Amino acid sequence: MNIYVILKRTFDTEEKISVSNNKISEDSAEFIINPYDEYAIEEAITLKDAHGGTVTVVTVGDEDSEKELRTALAMGADQAVLISNEDLDSQDQFTTSSVLAAYFKDKEYDIILGGNVAIDNGTGQVGPRLAELLDIPHVTTITKIEVNGTTVNIERDVEGDLEKIETSLPLLVTAQQGLNEPRYPSLPGIMKAKKKPLETLELDDLDIDEDDVEAKTKTVEVYLPPKKEAGKILSGETPDQVKELVSLLRNEAKVI
Amino acid sequence: MAKKVLVLAESRDGALRNVSFEAIAAAKEISGGGEVFAVLCGDSVQSLAAELIHYGADRVLTAEHEKLANYTPDGYFQTLKQIIDDESPEAIVFGHTSLGKDLSPRLAARLESGLISDVTGLEQAGENTVFTRPVYSGKAFEKKLISDGLVFVTIRPNNIAPLEKDESRSGDVTSVSVDIKDLRTIVKEVVRKASTGVDLAEAKIIVAGGRGVKSEDGFKPLQELADVLGAAVGASRGACDADYCDYSLQIGQTGKVVTPDLYIACGISGAIQHLAGMSNSKVIVAINKDPEASIFSVADYGIVGDLFEVVPLLTEEFKKVLV
Repeated sequence: MNIYVILKRTFDTEEKISVSNNKISEDSAEFIINPYDEYAIEEAITLKDAHGGTVTVVTVGDEDSEKELRTALAMGADQAVLISNEDLDSQDQFTTSSVLAAYFKDKEYDIILGGNVAIDNGTGQVGPRLAELLDIPHVTTITKIEVNGTTVNIERDVEGDLEKIETSLPLLVTAQQGLNEPRYPSLPGIMKAKKKPLETLELDDLDIDEDDVEAKTKTVEVYLPPKKEAGKILSGETPDQVKELVSLLRNEAKVI
Repeated sequence: MAKKVLVLAESRDGALRNVSFEAIAAAKEISGGGEVFAVLCGDSVQSLAAELIHYGADRVLTAEHEKLANYTPDGYFQTLKQIIDDESPEAIVFGHTSLGKDLSPRLAARLESGLISDVTGLEQAGENTVFTRPVYSGKAFEKKLISDGLVFVTIRPNNIAPLEKDESRSGDVTSVSVDIKDLRTIVKEVVRKASTGVDLAEAKIIVAGGRGVKSEDGFKPLQELADVLGAAVGASRGACDADYCDYSLQIGQTGKVVTPDLYIACGISGAIQHLAGMSNSKVIVAINKDPEASIFSVADYGIVGDLFEVVPLLTEEFKKVLV
């Protein structure tokens, strides 16, 4: 099987966010593979173990994204592709999916996996957009996948309910939490990853004119939510606190 | 400039979802006095159309087809694409629901348009509508616009107030015949797992448990409180990782981001990754044994105590006042 994973480098979930010059500040932030993309990588490796083939991880990002690609290689992916976004003045989900579609245009792929959402921008757009541009079906928020020949049986999370889907390859899926437990890279894995192929592509290599993939949306302001005032810690005997709380929720906060 | 705006309405268990009424309100504002029409898809939805008009839609198109009984990307895509080609709307509003998240990017790709997902607020700025949306799971916000071409947005449930229902409003309801070709994904079965039927994303009240709940059974008192309040039950990552509950309940930066009117956090310490998923709730109550727990830093009201003592008392007290 030709298995591809699209992944994104994101802020670590433990990071506090600060804003400077109307932008999220990246100074001294720790970066990780988007956690949902880790499920996609794990599932890709599992599919390869069961069916044979090659796992290729692809990202659109700056040169620092090489670190996350190496991590994916250390987990067990075979090769990596870094499509540089450094020539792009503006980038949104239209841009990213168009660039990825240009990359996949002449590739043979059986399945493309990604996370169902990136924890930074949180749009979840790139997967389904890419599927449409490649004219293949997609299934989002999957929690289980079984491939038998070209038939694929999937379970997906739909707002807490479970939907069982039948579809076929080629296919794009996006991972939901619960799909698997991503492995940690092993030490031999990390050593091997250093020698695995990592290709860097410029937009020119994909025959992309940057004007054609210019962002369709524009960000006019980035700001932090107002800081919450300190709340009220109740005191007294527990039953009295409970009575007071119910009264506050009804009469002061008016939410009940 | 007045715009013609399409709203995709959604129903579940034979009733319209609140987010559809909220989407109509958002569409009204985007339209700037133009026309707002709602599209309703399913196998039998005709009877729901009037309510969309009561909530502000100028007219409703219904698309009924056996292949629309369950949502599939292909079935809905083909239906919406046909209607968009016929109607040429200048703006489209979906709910940021499971369906909206799945379908909107695919349509936007075909329409070669921008798409602003998960909008929590909007305002007019000259000719443009500026949309507010959370980033980094609500640790920050951004304001975005689509300056030319189709304006396409999905709105987060529970954030934009619907218009007042007015049963005297009338408007055309037109049935559209749609041609649906092969579906490449087939829904074989839907297994109901959401216990209360109250969806986390749309819930007005959420009762959430963390590691302090200690076991699967420990969620029972939380569920009893939720039942009394008509609330949904959620969980922190800690509780999910410890197998006390299903991952579908997880609230946080990984997991669901929620903004209910009332969030009751029980035995949740308040790791930054959990706070990202709930700290924009309107009113937060924290119940925790540890007075130093960081959940208290975002709470409006806190009780320092054992949740297994406090929560049942709270349930009894609410029972008394809510009868």
